[in-house]
Amino acid sequence: MTIALETQNLEKQFGGLRVTRDLSLRIEQGARHALIGPNGAGKTTVINQLTGVLKPNSGRILLEGEDITDLPVHKRVLRGLSRTFQINQLYPDLTPLETIGLAVSERLGHGGDWWRRMGTRSDVNGEIADLLARFHLLDVMNEQTVTLPYGKQRLLEIAVAIAAKPRVLLLDEPAAGVPESERHDILAVVGSLPRDVTVLLIEHDMDLVFSFADRISVLVSGALLIEGPPEQVARDPQVKAVYLGEEAVNV
Amino acid sequence: MSASSDVGYHAQRQARWHYGEVAFWLIVLACGFAFPTRYLIMTDILRLALFAMSLDLVLGYAGIVSLGHAAFFGVGAYAAGLLALHGIINEPVLALIVAGLAAMVLGFATSFLVIRGVDLTRLMVTLGIALLLEALAERFSNITGGTDGLQGIEMQPIFGEIPFDMFGKAGFFYSLAVLFVLFLFARRVVHSPFGLSLRAIKNNPLRAAAIGIPVNRRLIAIYTLAAFYAGIAGALFTQTTAIASLDVFAFERSADLMLVLVIGGTGYLYGGLIGAVVFRLLQELFSTITPQYWQFWIGLVLVVIVLVGRQRLHRWVLYVPNLIIKQIAGRKAVVAVPESDA
Repeated sequence: MTIALETQNLEKQFGGLRVTRDLSLRIEQGARHALIGPNGAGKTTVINQLTGVLKPNSGRILLEGEDITDLPVHKRVLRGLSRTFQINQLYPDLTPLETIGLAVSERLGHGGDWWRRMGTRSDVNGEIADLLARFHLLDVMNEQTVTLPYGKQRLLEIAVAIAAKPRVLLLDEPAAGVPESERHDILAVVGSLPRDVTVLLIEHDMDLVFSFADRISVLVSGALLIEGPPEQVARDPQVKAVYLGEEAVNV
Repeated sequence: MSASSDVGYHAQRQARWHYGEVAFWLIVLACGFAFPTRYLIMTDILRLALFAMSLDLVLGYAGIVSLGHAAFFGVGAYAAGLLALHGIINEPVLALIVAGLAAMVLGFATSFLVIRGVDLTRLMVTLGIALLLEALAERFSNITGGTDGLQGIEMQPIFGEIPFDMFGKAGFFYSLAVLFVLFLFARRVVHSPFGLSLRAIKNNPLRAAAIGIPVNRRLIAIYTLAAFYAGIAGALFTQTTAIASLDVFAFERSADLMLVLVIGGTGYLYGGLIGAVVFRLLQELFSTITPQYWQFWIGLVLVVIVLVGRQRLHRWVLYVPNLIIKQIAGRKAVVAVPESDA
């Protein structure tokens, strides 16, 4: 199996606080990998290092075997590493059409065009239309994002990440805050991602994790506690103790 | 594919010309013929409008605040003055472009300082650069004429054909032509993928980077372009008034520009133009009524604008024109004022 995304001895400190401790993760190509851990375990810090928002103090990050530790955020995206945010990071004043249009333009290398009107490339338009349809956003494509219901915004958040055609997709709590009635759309979208896309899921919702992931890493205090298939992780007494409390997990 | 062409249609929605815009420019052109005794102030308004459009490009689209935009205005003004004074480039249009490029070089060089940091640092850095240049211009008085400014500038005819006349008619139409051409260019740029990516950066730089937008490079590009625009505005100032003095760098010039955009609004290109007209007219009006206290009244107007909200004011102002446009061209043509900073 080839490794899609790998960290080697990743280390991150904020002042005297070690938030990531000697973390070595290997995520196989096409995997549905979940990263779980209690609050404050440093999950989001790991994501921020993977995507380039934060620089690790030491250690390396490899994307499909290439060292991307020192690449800025946007260059990682163009290499096929895309993410969603735990809290929606969208453009309040822009429409879903514009938001997705930007991501598609940027990936196809037309994002810097200043002499051409938006919407004049049929290849870009076609992709935008497909994505809008796939994420049930066609009917609201001209509404300002800030006016959309939360569920739609959440779908847009994921659509934007997919618009970058990632080979590795980082999903940071995709269903967080979504009302029960709209969860289905999101889970369906996440479930229908093509198999060649590697997914790293950060999630609190255990049902989602155990139904989705084929491999789970448990992060505690910034260090890797255990990694394995869901059944093994669910049975592990250490995991139960630190993360799941006394609650039993049925798989 | 219908959904695809639908997307294309809607994506270009804002880039299409509206009736209101055409009407706006026709009215501006008509002013040139309607008020033959007012060329000087109208030219002044055009220069201010161009200068404000420059700030709107960085502030309204990219979200970069600046209190030192006069730096570029000043460089453009002195460059145009020196070119004409020493007879280096006698043709005004060519000199204008060269002066704009000089400001652009400064814009590019200082953009690296400006894109680092947050709003407050940007205010200070831009302010500092303008003050620095003002001091330099004063220090090197052998080049700039110091506090006396550049004197004895004689402008050659435009394209070697159209001389600047003493009533300022040529200057007005020259400035209008420059403003319109640069407006068309800016309009093209802001409705391009590049322009949209600027709005994305203004909205959410974190997400912008996370979809692959090279944030810094885009900010440098627009800041440099805006410097070019401001330099052109400064060069127009020198060319149409035949003077360049230290006050082209003055802090008041940068601060006024902010007021213009507060009045006119940002992020739809017309804010600077409308704001410039209103600002100068208010200034005229108040200084006629109370020569000593006009600044008090300007201040009061600004407070009212901020409290009442510009959008509501715009709706009131546009109420009658829209009523007429609706009658002629139907409901869809009404002039809406998109506000990115409301």
